[in-house]
Amino acid sequence: MNGRNESCRVTEGGGGCFMEGRVGESEQIRFILIQNRAGKTRLAKWYMQFDDDEKQKLIEEVHAVVTVRDAKHTNFVEFRNFKIIYRRYAGLYFCICVDVNDNNLAYLEAIHNFVEVLNEYFHNVCELDLVFNFYKVYTVVDEMFLAGEIRETSQTKVLKQLLMLQSLE
Amino acid sequence: MPAPIRLRELIRTIRTARTQAEEREMIQKECAAIRSSFREEDNTYRCRNVAKLLYMHMLGYPAHFGQLECLKLIASQKFTDKRIGYLGAMLLLDERQDVHLLMTNCIKNDLNHSTQYVQGLALCTLGCMGSSEMCRDLAGEVEKLLKTSNSYLRKKAALCAVHVIRKVPELMEMFLPATKNLLNEKNHGVLHTSVVLLTEMCERSPDMLAHFRKNEKLVPQLVRILKNLIMSGYSPEHDVSGISDPFLQVRILRLLRILGRNDDDSSEAMNDILAQVATNTETSKNVGNAILYETVLTIMDIKSESGLRVLAINILGRFLLNNDKNIRYVALTSLLKTVQTDHNAVQRHRSTIVDCLKDLDVSIKRRAMELSFALVNGNNIRGMMKELLYFLDSCEPEFKADCASGIFLAAEKYAPSKRWHIDTIMRVLTTAGSYVRDDAVPNLIQLITNSVEMHAYTVQRLYKAILGDYSQQPLVQVAAWCIGEYGDLLVSGQCEEEEPIQVTEDEVLDILESVLISNMSTSVTRGYALTAIMKLSTRFTCTVNRIKKVVSIYGSSIDVELQQRAVEYNALFKKYDHMRSALLERMPVMEKVTTNGPTEIVQTNGETEPAPLETKPPPSGPQPTSQANDLLDLLGGNDITPVIPTVPTSKPASAGGELLDLLGDINLTGAPAATPAPASVPQISQPPFLLDGLSSQPLFNDITTGIPSITAYSKNGLKIEFTFERSNTNPSVTVITIQASNSTELDMTDFVFQAAVPKTFQLQLLSPSSSIVPAFNTGTITQVIKVLNPQKQQLRMRIKLTYNHKGSAMQDLAEVNNFPPQSWQ
Repeated sequence: MNGRNESCRVTEGGGGCFMEGRVGESEQIRFILIQNRAGKTRLAKWYMQFDDDEKQKLIEEVHAVVTVRDAKHTNFVEFRNFKIIYRRYAGLYFCICVDVNDNNLAYLEAIHNFVEVLNEYFHNVCELDLVFNFYKVYTVVDEMFLAGEIRETSQTKVLKQLLMLQSLE
Repeated sequence: MPAPIRLRELIRTIRTARTQAEEREMIQKECAAIRSSFREEDNTYRCRNVAKLLYMHMLGYPAHFGQLECLKLIASQKFTDKRIGYLGAMLLLDERQDVHLLMTNCIKNDLNHSTQYVQGLALCTLGCMGSSEMCRDLAGEVEKLLKTSNSYLRKKAALCAVHVIRKVPELMEMFLPATKNLLNEKNHGVLHTSVVLLTEMCERSPDMLAHFRKNEKLVPQLVRILKNLIMSGYSPEHDVSGISDPFLQVRILRLLRILGRNDDDSSEAMNDILAQVATNTETSKNVGNAILYETVLTIMDIKSESGLRVLAINILGRFLLNNDKNIRYVALTSLLKTVQTDHNAVQRHRSTIVDCLKDLDVSIKRRAMELSFALVNGNNIRGMMKELLYFLDSCEPEFKADCASGIFLAAEKYAPSKRWHIDTIMRVLTTAGSYVRDDAVPNLIQLITNSVEMHAYTVQRLYKAILGDYSQQPLVQVAAWCIGEYGDLLVSGQCEEEEPIQVTEDEVLDILESVLISNMSTSVTRGYALTAIMKLSTRFTCTVNRIKKVVSIYGSSIDVELQQRAVEYNALFKKYDHMRSALLERMPVMEKVTTNGPTEIVQTNGETEPAPLETKPPPSGPQPTSQANDLLDLLGGNDITPVIPTVPTSKPASAGGELLDLLGDINLTGAPAATPAPASVPQISQPPFLLDGLSSQPLFNDITTGIPSITAYSKNGLKIEFTFERSNTNPSVTVITIQASNSTELDMTDFVFQAAVPKTFQLQLLSPSSSIVPAFNTGTITQVIKVLNPQKQQLRMRIKLTYNHKGSAMQDLAEVNNFPPQSWQ
């Protein structure tokens, strides 16, 4: 049995690994993006190493791919050799870039969870809130996600922490 | 210097900018102010400045000069400073800057800070962007924090540990002791992150995996937790739409998947819980479906019992009926992965899958198409093909090529009848003709040739198809080829399957000529059309002159390809008219050879020989090529460009242009393609006259006997005799029958006879009776040579023999000069 360190491409004529692991690639979030329809980035959290110009290119590509889709498309897009799971809330696109083998539906739930927390924290959040309090948004992200994984899923707990942090300011 | 403006002010100001240039100006001004402020080492406002800098960075402007300032902020004691500092570090710094190493010490101190929030910040930063060096240095601290009782920190520490392991896998063992009690936590957050940590460890190292399976008895623990989650009912904190902590459930399921993979015991232990989750989870909302999806993935990946697998596939089938397209997409993807292993179960959902072909979303359509092709089998081919053809009609262009190839493959494998097969292919060609791949044309031609009884039907349908529209190149190419081959059937109106149509020869030539002229035809298509017209010269009776005219016009075409063909065909009309009918014979049934075959027909010129597949290539160096007139050079020793005899495989020759006809089974009497000379009849020594004992088909009915036979070669036990006949109908033709016999005690195998004659002669070699000369003269190989000697010159011949004897390869050259005068005068 191979661990994911070796190339686990066991497709032995039916009955091999259902999910292929690749060398060195882990199933994690690569980045989280919040963009508006015009392409302005409201939040960009990177969990993997990219150059600045790579980051810029990724942002543009994601924007291009996601804004052409409408209600009759699914919420999942194949993008390079990753997958983007996105959801549109008003004028903002919340995109999470994950590995091809990740559970799409679970991450969709994670996005919704995150947005609900934002909503609670900023009291009916709108885009301007995210603009003027961008560093607080990062804090929210860091409370809920860490190292490319979902960290805390309980909304009440996250809100409690955020309020504590706010009181320290 | 006045206090730097507040963050809010800056943001408001920038947002008022109406153009990009205005914005840039504002930002540059502010950057300059910030830079001078940094130079002054102003502690009070540093935090504000860096925050502004970060905002500008988010807009896309460079902000490197703030990196060191971030470090200073981290080192400060104020929480707000630290917060912005760490944020700045995460945004502006990464592994590649050397500056980041300076953070290590700060982080180390902060990891031991009294305030948990500072510790949290430090863990967070380390977890997001810590480099390998930093991780190595700080792993110990992280590990300590993993064991604290503070759940807030434990969560962060666990994920930080995950990051450390990803960066520096060797440090995994360090975290092992801390993991012992992780799963005993009540706190969901800690539980969740611990599961993530364990997942990461198991995935990275098979040793860890084995350890966890056996020693820690991880599976029972996980099963217990999962059970509690499902049964415990309402837990408000982690509840999402009535399901308690779905994220945790999903993670546990994933960990179970890794533990159960390829391991029977673990798989068995989790069977029950998987079944329970699969049946009890609510499916009305996305959340429930997310859990179900993860369950299905797990079931498919471990060694589950078949009942469970069927349950999983049924869940997927239910997903397909869901209104939410996300779920349908997810179901199709998973079904595609399982269709190989659980084919029958997936077949049950075939109709739903086929319905998904009509979905609006492009990615769903693509998956449905792939899945449909995977599900096609002999039983459902007719129904499926109807759906797929309909899909081909209506789908986006990016699918058409793949769909067309898929349909061809499926049709080839499962076609219930030849007529259906041809109909299907025709339908594809007419609907998606321009998207069909290049190799489809030769395959199709081969298929048509092989279904002999359908020729009339096929050519009629093809003719009707291109009558209206000849823009789709593959369709036109196939149609042109067929019309060229079977034009006589078309004109004679012989179709059985369909109502025959009345077509005159002129009409047929009309359509072919318009293909030639049309701007839409590519060069290849034109080549096909010209060759077809040429072939019709032997099949049509009253329009030969018209054909001659067309061919001669193209003799001066700009397109080199067409020009060459036309010139050669012209030559065929003028000088070699007697060979024309032989050359333009109906194609024999082709063997299914992938590399050669019908592509030979569209060889660009007659120069290249059809590569003989099974025979040995001519041993001499240069490939026998050269123009039709340049036959052989008798004088150069090795330079024989011999006539290559073909072994009895039915191989098509390049049509036209090649005057040395090498097909062994072309029959001059014009009968339909006969099978090659049967090799089965061994010849005992027979009288040297034509008819007796000849294994090839009877050639001439008019034989003149009386020409003495000669021994052309006798050496090493191999004897070759020539016997002669002259034709009454054509006095320049001599037919030589050679017989090779072997008087040694071992057989001679792979016997190949090659012959060359001087330039003024022409030679045709038919296929030999076999390639083995049996020992002790028990049999002979017979082969027929036809020599055309229009100038009545003395016949000379050089022969070359190759065979295997006594385990070694033998080869010999000889010249035959002792032809009796009656054979050539």
